[in-house]
Amino acid sequence: MEFSDLIRTGRAQAKLLRGPEAPPLRGTLCLTGHHLLLSPGPQATSELWLLLLRSVDSIEKRVASDSGTITLRCKDLRVLQLEIEGVEASLDIARSIEALSSLESVITSFPFFYRPKGLRLGDAWHFHPPERYYKRVARETNAWRLSEVNEDFSVCPSYPRAVIVPRSVDDGALARSARFRQGGRFPVLSYHHAPSGTVLVRSSQPLTGPQKRRCAEDEELLRAVLAGARPGARGFIVDTRSSQAAKQARMTGGGTEAKTAYPGWKRLHRPLERGQPLQESFVRLVEACGDPQQSTDSWLCRLEGCCWLAHVKEALSTACLAAQGMEREGACILVHGAEGTDSTLLVTSLAQLILDPLSRTMAGFQELVEREWIQAGHPFQLRCAHSAFSHARPKHEAPTFLLFLDCVWQLGRQFPLSLEFGEGLLLALFEHAYASPFGTFLCNSEKERCLCEVRTRTHSLWSGLNQPKEQRKLRNPLYAPNPLAIWPSVELQSLRLWQGLFLRWIRPPEPSEVAWEKVWQIVTDKEKTKLSQPTVSASEPQL
Amino acid sequence: MEHIRTTKVEQVKLLDRFSTSNKSLTGTLYLTATHLLFIDSHQKETWILHHHIALVEKLALTTSGCPLVIQCKNFRIVHFIVPRERDCHDIYNSLLQLSKQAKYEDLYAFSYNPKQNDSERLRGWQLIDLAEEYKRMGVPNSNWQLSDANREYKICETYPRELYVPRIASKPIIVGSSKFRSKGRFPVLSYYHEHKEAAICRCSQPLSGFSARCLEDEHLLQAISKANPVNRYMYVMDTRPKHRMQSWWATQKDIGRIIVRISSKIWNDEKIRESDEKKRLNAMANRAAGKGYENEDNYSNIRFQFVGIENIHVMRSSLQKLLEVNGTKGLSVSDFYSGLESSGWLRHIKAVMDAAIFLAKAITVESASVLVHCSDGWDRTSQVCSLGSLLLDSYYRTIKGFMVLIEKDWISFGHKFSERCGHLDGDPKEVSPVFTQFLECVWHLTEQFPQAFEFNEAFLLQIHEHIHSCQFGNFLGNCQKEREELKLKEKTYSLWPFLLDDQKKYLNPLYTSKSPKFTVLEPNTVSFNFKFWRNMYHQFDRTLHPRQSVFNIITNMNEQNKQLEKDIKDLESVRFRVLKIHSVGILSWMKF
Repeated sequence: MEFSDLIRTGRAQAKLLRGPEAPPLRGTLCLTGHHLLLSPGPQATSELWLLLLRSVDSIEKRVASDSGTITLRCKDLRVLQLEIEGVEASLDIARSIEALSSLESVITSFPFFYRPKGLRLGDAWHFHPPERYYKRVARETNAWRLSEVNEDFSVCPSYPRAVIVPRSVDDGALARSARFRQGGRFPVLSYHHAPSGTVLVRSSQPLTGPQKRRCAEDEELLRAVLAGARPGARGFIVDTRSSQAAKQARMTGGGTEAKTAYPGWKRLHRPLERGQPLQESFVRLVEACGDPQQSTDSWLCRLEGCCWLAHVKEALSTACLAAQGMEREGACILVHGAEGTDSTLLVTSLAQLILDPLSRTMAGFQELVEREWIQAGHPFQLRCAHSAFSHARPKHEAPTFLLFLDCVWQLGRQFPLSLEFGEGLLLALFEHAYASPFGTFLCNSEKERCLCEVRTRTHSLWSGLNQPKEQRKLRNPLYAPNPLAIWPSVELQSLRLWQGLFLRWIRPPEPSEVAWEKVWQIVTDKEKTKLSQPTVSASEPQL
Repeated sequence: MEHIRTTKVEQVKLLDRFSTSNKSLTGTLYLTATHLLFIDSHQKETWILHHHIALVEKLALTTSGCPLVIQCKNFRIVHFIVPRERDCHDIYNSLLQLSKQAKYEDLYAFSYNPKQNDSERLRGWQLIDLAEEYKRMGVPNSNWQLSDANREYKICETYPRELYVPRIASKPIIVGSSKFRSKGRFPVLSYYHEHKEAAICRCSQPLSGFSARCLEDEHLLQAISKANPVNRYMYVMDTRPKHRMQSWWATQKDIGRIIVRISSKIWNDEKIRESDEKKRLNAMANRAAGKGYENEDNYSNIRFQFVGIENIHVMRSSLQKLLEVNGTKGLSVSDFYSGLESSGWLRHIKAVMDAAIFLAKAITVESASVLVHCSDGWDRTSQVCSLGSLLLDSYYRTIKGFMVLIEKDWISFGHKFSERCGHLDGDPKEVSPVFTQFLECVWHLTEQFPQAFEFNEAFLLQIHEHIHSCQFGNFLGNCQKEREELKLKEKTYSLWPFLLDDQKKYLNPLYTSKSPKFTVLEPNTVSFNFKFWRNMYHQFDRTLHPRQSVFNIITNMNEQNKQLEKDIKDLESVRFRVLKIHSVGILSWMKF
């Protein structure tokens, strides 16, 4: 297939409206295989305007007598309007954008063509694989080992090649435990909490089914988890479904761990919203945010109706529960829902952020996202196929990752000094998860990424973000390492709508941005004066 | 002292209403003449001023003791458990007496002694000088002058002695107009915008029965519009909601643009059934229509504008609802937001803000003077005038300027602080969070314009603390005349010098005074911008707050920067001297 087959009209004269704040842009509109460009013409002072077609979520066209208007709603929640001269041209462009923005093929997507200056292919791809994390765990305890049982992705297609498992369990037992877990996701180490010597483990649901099947190797695996922590250690299984939903899952072959089969483990149910209801909540929130004219009452009513903050609250409090179990009760925690690729990862990654000071650094957080989301097999391609504007019925879309980012933002608000990164990084991750020139968020699992050779043929987002010019946007100038766990308040009075994301394009955030600049200035001033001081005193003889 | 029976109770438990672990602190409770003091086992002290107490409740006896719940006007809620019922009962009774005083003289301010001598105290009172403030605005000038009409409080008891009026308004006009206005509060200057030559004026509602006219009042309005050389058009802003008013304005030909209002009795008397009211109103509206809408030209000089701010009773119950909702632990999303919505609190805040924005726009965009009034002109009018001035003039966004603004538009113009804050045991229907709303509007502005204010949130909270504390004289009484009679300046202290001494705590580290962009603030009032002010209404619920404060850290950094810069300068001057004295020695030292 050639892109040119899909491009009906390559260029047209157009005017672009970018929301109430930005001035309209006029010029020649060009359509390429991956981008929409607007070139303002040689005399104009403004630069070329560029939009990745992949980031278009929905498109709406309206025609008048001699022109057409195309409304583009983007996955990063921006709304753009193009006024195009000529009815035919505008219809053609609209159809072309529609076709090009919804191409399914991964290897023809833009990351495979993107070759930015200053970056080399393969730069940061070996930046954070599980092996690296294992090195850290190995320093803290020797109860765990790195297993390559999944070397060829045959045991679990959604796991990476290497996983961390109890030292006492051999690969054969792992493979048999995998057969007892949905999608082969047998329990693996997510996080080792050195201060209390306990661990966070994640998996998918056990396939007990209506006959209440058991699996000796799976039981052994979980026994080994407890034994590895401390003799006589207890464990909690945090099931992210309600107990009723877990029981119902038995009818379709799933289920939960039976109490008698797993001595020492206690099951807790903390239902978290997932899938379609979560997507609907997101859509309704974005709808509510798109109407600046509404009264305060109707705004509050819609904020309540969409339930987004309830999901934030639930996710945070479940993560707190898991973290508390480890830190305060010295218990091991196993988290799973059904597939173990969505709410499970939400809980494990948030719990780590609460407990582990290293994961709150810039590098540590990137590693956390890479390890607990990308490599752990969160199906980004399915979940982020569409954002909140799509007219299509959601199939597999769900903003689980966005919910994670929102929770991190809430943590950052409550502990403004404890995260090394700022809102800028979270916004960037949101944007890139939905549409990106980088390969990091492509595909649904490591297996797929291997098949598509993502690692060798695309650039990594991390190397893009870690360029020095990006740092000021992404870092938190006030960061001061905090060795303690950060326990957030989950009372509603303490949670807030993430305006920087949901109202980013609707309301000019200008004054607060200026204030942010000021904070940077104060911080850099401090560093400067600090630096200049010792040179004065050190070069002089003592009085 | 006669109210205090038990001064000390041991083994009292203090519960935290939002703590997740239901933990309690055990300690000793002391009752003094002015405060309730709780010292826990870690020697942490919790002081509660008797005047801050809004409500004391003794709940049913439990196995662990007798619960005593105290709700304060600064939104602190404490929940004690007293082991013995008799002690609890004694304390309960004492607090009932001590928190409600019948006489001003029994308030804390009259016994509070910060160890200052008389001249220091007097200097404190002279810190804010309103005459100086009017001079700063640029009055008196060729159009505005100081009127001595109210020098002896003869015309209006609730106004200050010194009032500024248009130069062409003679004394008989003023006297005539004051008779036409409720409580004698005739139109006077509140703020003069020197650059636009436009004025914000304030007054109370006209007392016109139907078709009544007052030529002097018409003259005075004319004089105000003439005092503006740029724009003869003038706005009359009625801050009350139109639907609730059930009144309308009509103009008549003749000289002035006269305001005619349906008998104020109609809408004042809530007992009149709505249908009757409608019938009568319709009838009168028709009569009025027959009388005078035909000549549209007569509208030309005055434009009437309603902005819907609700009355004190609506505001009081709205706040009550807000506090009820937020007082519960473990709120669900729907409880929280539907509670926030049904309380209507944020809607009211937005209404005040919208009114102030309208006012500021009339002045900056059209250079038009504006006359603001509500019913009596001391609640909503104070809110709108002061907030409007704050938007227009960056001086009011400084610490000193904000004090001046409160002294001018609230204290001197007779906002009834004692009644609205319930300083004395009085009519609970007069209590209303009007000033709290003003502070909340200012807080919303500081959120939108983080660099425009010299002060921070703590400053607003501290002022809120002291409107209820009765520790200083500023907010006692309901008008200047009453304050003079109480001899507050001789017997009590002024709050402002104490706040200025503590200035460091209240400085906004992000403040940029020179930014010309912020000369006029143009806040955006889309609904998203109105948020629940957690730090006010949950001020004392520490568990709900962010665990780390950006403000403190930035302030510290700023201070460190200044200190380091100073150190560098000191060191450099030292080095300079050293170089001079030991130049030979240093040279030889450097060789090695």
